Amino acid sequence: MTRLLTGLLGAVLEAWQELRIHRTRVLLSLIGVAVAVASLTTVVALGGILQQTTAEQSERQSGRPATLYVSAYGADGGQVDAEALQSAWVETVARYGIDYASRVVNAGVAVDSPNGVLSVGTQAVDQPYGEMHRVRISEGSWFTPVDAEQLAPRVIVNSVFWERLGRPALDGHPLLSLGGHGGTGATTAVIVGVYPSAEWETEPAMFMLADQLAAFQQADAGAGAAVDPFAGSSVQYELWVPTGDWEALAAAVKRDLAAAVGDGATVDVMRQDAAQYGDDPFLVTQMIVGGIALLVLLLGALGLVNIALVTVKQRVREIGIRRSFGATAGRVFFAVMMESVVATVAAGAVGVAAAILVVQSPMVHDLVGQGLVTDFPPFPVDAAVLGLVAASAVGALAGILPALVAVRVKVIDAIRY
Amino acid sequence: MTLLHLASVTRTVLPPDQPALTILNGVDLDVEEDDRISVVGRSGSGKSTLLNLLGLLDTPTSGVLEFAGKPVKQYSSRERDRVRGREIGFVFQQFNLLPGRTALENVIMPLLYAEGRQFWRRRAIAAEMLEEVGLGHRLESLPDRLSGGEQQRVAIARSLVRGPRLILADEPTGALDLDTGQSVMELIDEVATRTRAALVVITHDPAIAERSRDHYRLDHGVLTRAEAS
Repeated sequence: MTRLLTGLLGAVLEAWQELRIHRTRVLLSLIGVAVAVASLTTVVALGGILQQTTAEQSERQSGRPATLYVSAYGADGGQVDAEALQSAWVETVARYGIDYASRVVNAGVAVDSPNGVLSVGTQAVDQPYGEMHRVRISEGSWFTPVDAEQLAPRVIVNSVFWERLGRPALDGHPLLSLGGHGGTGATTAVIVGVYPSAEWETEPAMFMLADQLAAFQQADAGAGAAVDPFAGSSVQYELWVPTGDWEALAAAVKRDLAAAVGDGATVDVMRQDAAQYGDDPFLVTQMIVGGIALLVLLLGALGLVNIALVTVKQRVREIGIRRSFGATAGRVFFAVMMESVVATVAAGAVGVAAAILVVQSPMVHDLVGQGLVTDFPPFPVDAAVLGLVAASAVGALAGILPALVAVRVKVIDAIRY
Repeated sequence: MTLLHLASVTRTVLPPDQPALTILNGVDLDVEEDDRISVVGRSGSGKSTLLNLLGLLDTPTSGVLEFAGKPVKQYSSRERDRVRGREIGFVFQQFNLLPGRTALENVIMPLLYAEGRQFWRRRAIAAEMLEEVGLGHRLESLPDRLSGGEQQRVAIARSLVRGPRLILADEPTGALDLDTGQSVMELIDEVATRTRAALVVITHDPAIAERSRDHYRLDHGVLTRAEAS
């Protein structure tokens, strides 16, 4: 054990000394390796980050895994009784202990603004929706369970809307006048949060709680004017359930809802989140760029082999001297190989550091995340490990040939001539 | 104690497309602790081959070669390397210091193949050794900044740093002027005496050979004992 330790340490020391003496040559030969490792690591790391970005974006669109969309229609394809469906929904969600369930209603709500009355695209949801869709809030906060009990509706506006309203401070409980089109139920809403608009969004939009929208719509339309609480807007029902048993749960929800609504109604429960397909849209790109980086790495290794072979031939005398002072053939082999490995690991570390600087730079974050990523993942450890492992492997491969040449040196001939 | 025992040692090589060539023929030699032996021979007489065998860098084609009572053929290649590193110190004609390394790093080199205390305390041991050969003030000097005599002193310190029982000196003064050569030989003698190491000097310089107690002549692969002139 001691012999192994001193042997290993001794070989590394020899290798390091050799590299120190020939640092210019070594540095030049390693630039290719460092660049290749940097690109390989960057590609893998960016791939991981892009994956996270895509996952977050698709989760915002279609929900987190596993999100089930529930829809119901009557025997003739028409609408089912909204009230019956709503109460069946509430019962079913409670029966299966589903914590994350939300209705989603898209409606246009007239809002008084400094520029006149605007029709604002409104998504009416239940409180759990924020968690289910990873809604990012830049100011204030998402709806709390208490908000649902308030008489004055709560709204969360997008940043475009917030800008247009003059960026009012949220701790001052800014108000918004809804129903500005002259309906009877004009009411005042309180802005509790702001969510960032996507870069392509230019129009105001907002979130409201579904029950508050229903109450407002009904009041706006006038007492007894409309039975449909959402004024004809279609209601979508969503569930976020564990991925393990979603199929069984989907079947049970479908069965229970169909039975509760009755009258030959058909209920569909479909999984909608993007994760169900399991595809990585960047896999092909990642593989192509990774493949190119591997080729660069191989070219770097070839350059390294070339230089190492020439160097070993020039070092025949030195190797002979070392052998005469007790270096075993194995030790010479290992030391020569270690020179290559120590050098490429050093180059690999530089490459990985460069990759971290590139990937973690704010510019790349903006470019990749498009301002939409909440949990920007840290630099993936597996990418850094891959970079270092690739560098060591290349070093070992590039070191084998010169090491084989080195052990074939005839000691006394090498020393005397 | 007999360190090296050679009896009827023959070394033959097979050049391509030519008949076998006998380089050493029936060599008998015993090297005891504290011995001072010189081997004189012309170029092509087989000195290199003899040095290979004495330094455990090669094995005989026939005959017996024993190191410390054990036939060398019984050692594995790795064992021979280890014994060589531990028990034998080489001093070469061209000094053969490693370029680009300081005097201290050159003397440390053999200790990198040692174990235990010698490995872990290599820097202190090497510095002490250089001090002993009078180069305590040149520890960090590179070989090309040292005179020939100083370089050979570094080489001597390197060959003795592991405390070998046998010192093999191959034309140790061949690259030095007369005076420097004499002082280098005095140093080798002195250190060998102090450490009770056996010294085998291979040379073609009669003046250097004179310093030994036992004299041998190698001629066409045949080793014969010679009287001091």
